[in-house]
Amino acid sequence: MDDLVNSFMTGPDEKGRFGIFGGRFVSETLMPLILELEEEYERAKTDDSFWAEMDFLWKHYVGRPSPLYHAERLSERLGGAKVYMKRDELNHTGAHKINNVLGQIILARRMGKTRIIAETGAGQHGVATATVCAKFGLKCVVYMGAHDVERQAPNVFRMRLLGAEVVPVTSGRGTLKDAMNDALRDWVTNVRDTFYCIGTVAGPHPYPAMVRDFQSIIGKETREQMHEAEGRLPDTIIAAIGGGSNAMGLFFPFLDDKSVNIIGVEAGGKGVNAKMEHCASLTGGRPGVLHGNRTYLLQDDDGQILEGFSISAGLDYPGIGPEHAWLHEIGRAKYVSITDKEALEAFQLCCETEGIIPALEPSHALAHVMKIAPELPKDHIICMNMCGRGDKDIFTVAKHLGFDMSDTEGRTAD
Amino acid sequence: MTRIDAKFAQLRAEGKKAFVSYIMAGDPDITTSLEVMKGLPGAGVDVIELGLPFTDPMADGPTIQLAGQRALDGGMTLNKTLQMVRDFRADDDTTPIVLMGYYNPIYSHGVDQFLTDAKEAGIDGLIIVDLPPEEDDELCIPAQKAGLNFIRLATPTTDDKRLPKVLTNTSGFVYYVSITGITGAAAAQATDVGPEVARMKAHTDLPIIVGFGVRTPDTAREIASVADGCVVGSAIVAEIAAGKSPADVLSFVKGLADGAHSA
Ligand SMILES: Cc1ncc(COP(=O)(O)O)c(C=O)c1O
Repeated sequence: MDDLVNSFMTGPDEKGRFGIFGGRFVSETLMPLILELEEEYERAKTDDSFWAEMDFLWKHYVGRPSPLYHAERLSERLGGAKVYMKRDELNHTGAHKINNVLGQIILARRMGKTRIIAETGAGQHGVATATVCAKFGLKCVVYMGAHDVERQAPNVFRMRLLGAEVVPVTSGRGTLKDAMNDALRDWVTNVRDTFYCIGTVAGPHPYPAMVRDFQSIIGKETREQMHEAEGRLPDTIIAAIGGGSNAMGLFFPFLDDKSVNIIGVEAGGKGVNAKMEHCASLTGGRPGVLHGNRTYLLQDDDGQILEGFSISAGLDYPGIGPEHAWLHEIGRAKYVSITDKEALEAFQLCCETEGIIPALEPSHALAHVMKIAPELPKDHIICMNMCGRGDKDIFTVAKHLGFDMSDTEGRTAD
Repeated sequence: MTRIDAKFAQLRAEGKKAFVSYIMAGDPDITTSLEVMKGLPGAGVDVIELGLPFTDPMADGPTIQLAGQRALDGGMTLNKTLQMVRDFRADDDTTPIVLMGYYNPIYSHGVDQFLTDAKEAGIDGLIIVDLPPEEDDELCIPAQKAGLNFIRLATPTTDDKRLPKVLTNTSGFVYYVSITGITGAAAAQATDVGPEVARMKAHTDLPIIVGFGVRTPDTAREIASVADGCVVGSAIVAEIAAGKSPADVLSFVKGLADGAHSA
């Protein structure tokens, strides 16, 4: 691996590719828009005033830096590696999503756009977008699969409180990928005033690179904080993957540190099997083209896209960011999957040992920590990305644990 | 020279505008859509656009989205779509067929294999919505090498600076998208379209065919009169969705074709 590449941090190339992945597979109507966005982003990237505004808001509005926390009781319980959590669930709005939204909205303002659209699965990206739009007085429209509107009701109400219009998407199968289709359809229609704020490291170039850059604050802080706490790099870093933005954010600043093991955790749903009841694009999919980029996709033999399945609405996406597809193929990062059941166990263990209610998404990352930590020596440092808090998930978890929320005695339903 | 080039040469010689119709392959089932397809030339259609169903048609409105879903629910695939073209070609070796769809089913089939199969089945050109000039190496250039036309979409956002890039490697005709939006949306306005067509004519000798937002014989005439022809899709697909018989769908198509040809 060392001989093949000098740095893993130089991508994408001028065509927006990471190896064969990525690109700009969009209709002609959108092409001029993404070229304009790329130009604007390239300008902003080297503009100190852009980053000054970001830094100010990250600090005073989002609450960054988020802590790096040694999960002592959890580590003890697992009886092996020393486990740290990067506490991005403490951000304003409860997840990492706002790191990226701030960047895109500041960019949108620089471009003179007045209307922001977004897609959302779990609702966290939608809430973050609605939040920042409220702060800046921008019109906000969020596309959300009808099925997700149901299972993430608290977030739907939050978005509406924040003044956003939430559009339940019934096209296709009414899931996150369909919400993204409808957002793209909106954008093609409203090209002049509208900015599409994508919530993960997917979509046409420059989105995967831009979202990664905004989320990289997670990894940058982690490096510094780990240095402070341990005087060295972590041995293993782990994050959950829907589209892959919290993971890219943690991974990117460590890509050239060859000693650091990098592990992405996909949603295994009911198990990565022939029935495709999962969302593990890398473990159970193959390369294809969707939503503007080439990447690994869940698809049938005819190239039709399949629905993913996961207990976690935020991981329920049949694709994965193109940079992950590349890191997977060149072997710099390793990708595994965790089932719903394993994620639920991790969710409970985290509540009980650390007093932290995690979102179901990072519960997948934590479940993998539970698998590997016991076998590792005590001086092995693992850092997982606690990228979201679990408030939004308590109804789902209660249902799966057979807990009747209306019963004040706390009895189980059966 | 493809069947598309031959057809436009003929229309040009006759001083006639082109009428292009779109249907989704396999909607609502293969038998019905093949019957409609076989009747299109008789109804006055000059070029057939055949939709290749895809689960995620991001440039299409609800009418064509649902048509694709009906086709997929009925088991339609790329191979069966090509078979439909072969069955059509058994009785018609002149009407040009343009396959219109999205890249993933083709990519999944394998580009080289697809080009061999498509050419052999009797397809003349391709319109692949999610392949802009920036991705020409993927399919556009191999398709032209294989003797298929690659028809590009030009849109209101394609400014003069970009237009030459869009027109390079385009062949057969240029499909001008009359509106910013998805299929089946707002009505096209001849007053908006006319100057845009003129703008493109300054850069190319290829025929300019206008689509999106043409639903009635009157609009077909108005739009065709300011271009080299027009395309109707959603309005025809809506007739099929309403459960009209192939004969009724074809008489609706004939009305549109007559409109375009009267321009
Ligand atoms: C808390 C949390 N984590 C992870 C994700 C998945 O997205 P990504 O893989 O882009 O981080 C989501 C998406 O909604 C989320 O809300």
